Amino acid sequence: MAATQEEIVDGLAEIVNEIAGIPVEDVQLDKSFTDDLDVDSLSMVEVVVAAEERFDVKIPDEDVKNLKTVGDATSYILKHQG
Amino acid sequence: MSPTNRTVVVTGIGATTPLGGDAASTWEGLIAGRSGVRPLDDERYADLPVRIAAQIAVEPAEVLPRPLVRKLDRSAQFALIAAREAWADAGYTAMAGEDEQISPERLGTVIASGIGGVTTLLDQYDVLKEKGARRVSPHTVPMLMPNSPSANVGLEVNARAGVHTPVSACASGAEAIGYAVEMIRTGRADVVVAGGTEAAIHPLPVVAFANMMAMSKNNDEPEKASRPYDTGRDGFVLGEGAGVVVLESAEHAAARGASVYCEVLGQGLSADSHHIAQPEPTGRGIAAALQHLMDDTDLKPSEVVHLNAHATSTPQGDIAEVKALRQILGEDLEHVAISATKSMTGHLLGGAGGIETVATVLALKHRKAPPTLNVDELDPAITEAGADVVRGEARELPEGTVAAINNSFGFGGHNVVLAFRTV
Repeated sequence: MAATQEEIVDGLAEIVNEIAGIPVEDVQLDKSFTDDLDVDSLSMVEVVVAAEERFDVKIPDEDVKNLKTVGDATSYILKHQG
Repeated sequence: MSPTNRTVVVTGIGATTPLGGDAASTWEGLIAGRSGVRPLDDERYADLPVRIAAQIAVEPAEVLPRPLVRKLDRSAQFALIAAREAWADAGYTAMAGEDEQISPERLGTVIASGIGGVTTLLDQYDVLKEKGARRVSPHTVPMLMPNSPSANVGLEVNARAGVHTPVSACASGAEAIGYAVEMIRTGRADVVVAGGTEAAIHPLPVVAFANMMAMSKNNDEPEKASRPYDTGRDGFVLGEGAGVVVLESAEHAAARGASVYCEVLGQGLSADSHHIAQPEPTGRGIAAALQHLMDDTDLKPSEVVHLNAHATSTPQGDIAEVKALRQILGEDLEHVAISATKSMTGHLLGGAGGIETVATVLALKHRKAPPTLNVDELDPAITEAGADVVRGEARELPEGTVAAINNSFGFGGHNVVLAFRTV
């Protein structure tokens, strides 16, 4: 069953918490991975791979650069999840 | 800045070792004569010829935040822990540039490892085979590169005068400290965070060293396995951890009112050009390094009261070392209290020069030489050379101005000797 927007944000929050140590409540739709959540370009790859597994979605490398905020990633996953 | 010949002092120390999570607990273990060697319980070692090692006393995950642990190789984790301790111990309360204590352009790091991020390399290859390409960590390269510990410590303290990583197997840590001394002497930096780290306890390195016939196979009595100078020694025991010092020009230390442990007189370097892994049996390369140390510093044999020996517990190496010492120090060797701390910590490879420098600095500070464990029957060749190995209990060192030497030698024929003197 496809995940809801809320479930995706919660899932991304857990992933970002695991990878960057940011508290889950700080991971909000308007937050930028790089500027707000201490996720550098290498850690972003980890976030993407973890999200792919969790939400059964493929995020090609060329799309990763468009995922600036948690909101961008959430919309992408909502649209492409299996 | 023009070349100078400035005095270099030690103002901070830090360590994380098989005996303790910091320099103080490590020293306590060394003076008490405690062995850090334990069985390797993991099932991956069950069928291997060697199933013992000196594993770290305090796991980095207990001390460092999880995100940092994820993206640092174990060797860099150890280095960072030891460097943070040394930096604070030196009286620095912020990274360079955040206050007036030190400018980033005058601060360097030289932290070495013998093997680099070998467990990252092997673990990520397992990930590739078992879980596929997509799952290989994007941090793999910055984790496994041997300069990673030095670079990460450099980022931590904001070092911009230079970040270096000499690699010379088991002499790497000592070579790093020697390199740092030269950086300060020649005016490239005022302060350098220097040392060695190693995290190579993994089935592959263990088997590889074992197949060289270099390791002790005394699996039944781990605490007795590392026994330098004893007739029953049968190889070294692999250890892990890091030792880091903050080195500083004497002027810089005085200007900021830092307390000083001791002076670093300098180093002596040479190469055996004998065999890729065998020690040269007469000790001529080691003697050459000691002679360079004497020539390049004002160290006098009569003031040397302590030696932290390389002595790894392989049968050949420690005899060549004492022969060389006899040749250069002459009868003065007889008043040198010799400690082989690898009998307690195991052999930390590129980390050895780091933690043994910390041990040497503390021996001068506390005027005490740690014991050498497990010397039940002293090899007669050691006695013949007139070498005085501290056995049983720690020994008091004399008062007054005294000096100590720390020896490190590595596969490849590298010889590095460092000298320190009380101030």
